[in-house]
Amino acid sequence: MRGAHKREERVQPRSWQKPEEHKTKPMSYAIEAQNLTKRFGDFTAVDAISFNVAQGEIFGFLGANGAGKTTAIKMLIGLSRPTEGDASIAGFDVYRETDQIKENIGYMSQKFSLYEDLTIAENIRFYGGIYGLSRKRIKTKTTEIIQELGLEEYVNRLVGDLPLGWKQRLAFAIAGVHDPKIIFLDEPTGGVDPATRRQFWEMIYEAADRGVTIFVTTHYMDEAEYCNRISIMVDGRIEALGSPAELKQQFQTDSMDEVFLKLVRA
Amino acid sequence: MQRLLYIIQKEFIQIFRNKAMLPMMTVVPIVQLIILSYAASNEVKNIRLAIVNEDHSPTARLLVQKIEAADRFLLIDFPASVAQGDDMLQTGEVDIVLTIPSQFEQHFYREKRGNIQLLVNAINGQQASVGAAYLNIIIQSFNQELQANLKIVNRNGQPPAFINVPTANWYNPELNFKYFMAPGILGELVTILVMLLTAMNVVREREIGTIEQINVTPIKKWQFILGKLIPFLGIGMVLLTVGLTAAKLLFGIPMQGSLFVIFAFCALNLTAVLGLGLFISNLSDTQQQALFTTFFFVIIFILMSGLFTPIESMPQWAQYLTIPNPIAHFVSVMRSVLLKGSTFWDVIYHFRVTVVLAVVFNTLAVLSYRKVE
Repeated sequence: MRGAHKREERVQPRSWQKPEEHKTKPMSYAIEAQNLTKRFGDFTAVDAISFNVAQGEIFGFLGANGAGKTTAIKMLIGLSRPTEGDASIAGFDVYRETDQIKENIGYMSQKFSLYEDLTIAENIRFYGGIYGLSRKRIKTKTTEIIQELGLEEYVNRLVGDLPLGWKQRLAFAIAGVHDPKIIFLDEPTGGVDPATRRQFWEMIYEAADRGVTIFVTTHYMDEAEYCNRISIMVDGRIEALGSPAELKQQFQTDSMDEVFLKLVRA
Repeated sequence: MQRLLYIIQKEFIQIFRNKAMLPMMTVVPIVQLIILSYAASNEVKNIRLAIVNEDHSPTARLLVQKIEAADRFLLIDFPASVAQGDDMLQTGEVDIVLTIPSQFEQHFYREKRGNIQLLVNAINGQQASVGAAYLNIIIQSFNQELQANLKIVNRNGQPPAFINVPTANWYNPELNFKYFMAPGILGELVTILVMLLTAMNVVREREIGTIEQINVTPIKKWQFILGKLIPFLGIGMVLLTVGLTAAKLLFGIPMQGSLFVIFAFCALNLTAVLGLGLFISNLSDTQQQALFTTFFFVIIFILMSGLFTPIESMPQWAQYLTIPNPIAHFVSVMRSVLLKGSTFWDVIYHFRVTVVLAVVFNTLAVLSYRKVE
């Protein structure tokens, strides 16, 4: 496993730094969140969560349904404005620098979000195009993605005609079409078989090996084991944070399932 | 700029990949143009008439012959009594009952006045008033003929002066109703179709979830809105071209003015309408909401556009309401440029108002498109 040596230093809470100071020195964290909060009226969906994610790390963001994972992710990627707290993504402030953040992140939503009435190649061209890639770059990217996924025969097939597992791998590849520093994945493997999930995680590891930071939410505890570190959210708060081994030790159990159940039932 | 081109390219691919699109852009407008131009007619024909002739004099018979000769009337029956005539009006068998009372001829010659009664079913006001007016004209001219024949001389020994008012119908000399309707209907058709298509577009991406994917890209709001607007503007222009060609080939509608003015105004007007469509789409959560909201506007726009009823005969407050109505301007410009040959300077008022509408609607569209919740 990669990145094991980094784990120890990351678990230590880090004091909050202003983004301005940040830019002058080499950036150490891909994602920093400090007391990040989102309220809808009286309801607090995300309650003062704080965590850091190092560059190149695979960070698992776990929680029961309705725990506030999607709301939190939306604040980080600039789709939703935080009510309180601070966060910086790739060194950019989530309040003031959303455009720069968007240049540097990829996102794959829970809802499958490629255009089903466009072909594979057309989807890659469109997303590459709106990220401002050159025509030449789009061409090479298209070839790359298609080779990586082994979709040579299906280039001109409509995305709507592909099986779900293929669509999801394609969506992940397209989320990275502009070579972002961080990729956010919101339940990327919902509804697919274990073999396809394994393939999907191989793609995640490859991206992480290239230095891309991965921020992933999931319901599958076996997937949680694949992450360098995970956080578990319960009712809008982060109740546990650490590597899978640390969490298992902390909760005195040998499976992530047990860790999760203990937290959610408590 | 390059990003904008990629959005436009994607929209065009999606539009033309949609199988319903091509028929919608060709067959639908032509069929609607034909049906509406023929059916939505204000021409009054086939007025059903009953004549109660209680006189049976040669003069009365002459009048009946004259009315029979007019092709706008369908002579249904000659009821024997006024009461029978009333019944026919009551049951709706006829629209007008004309009664020629007994001793009509005698009164006419002796007392120099004859009375004729017209009973009109005014439930359909248009049919009734136009029908009665036609009938009046026939009776008047009959009256003049009689007097001329008799060389009736008044007390001063002079023949009474007849005032003849010749009417000339300018711009549409044959009073061809299709000439009047087709350009207006065309304007209305293009506007509605384009407005509906746009209103459904953004909200559809919201339903599918692709809009979220767009919102995490660094794309600018104006690029997104323009990327949606330009393809639909193109479709609108194609529709107008198809429609104008069909109207020319089918009805031979006159094209007195410059087609350039027509197309320029169409582009401007569609920009305004598209802005409104996108605004509605941005505010809607589902396609159903967008559809109903669009319908609300479309129905008001059409009924108050002056297409079917003249704006001049609306109450004052309603006339003000037609100012922000893009269809009203489109119908007016189409009619005056095509039929009257109005120039750009003649219709500059409509251009001015529509520019304001386009700016307002599109500003609303850009502002209402929220990338961040």
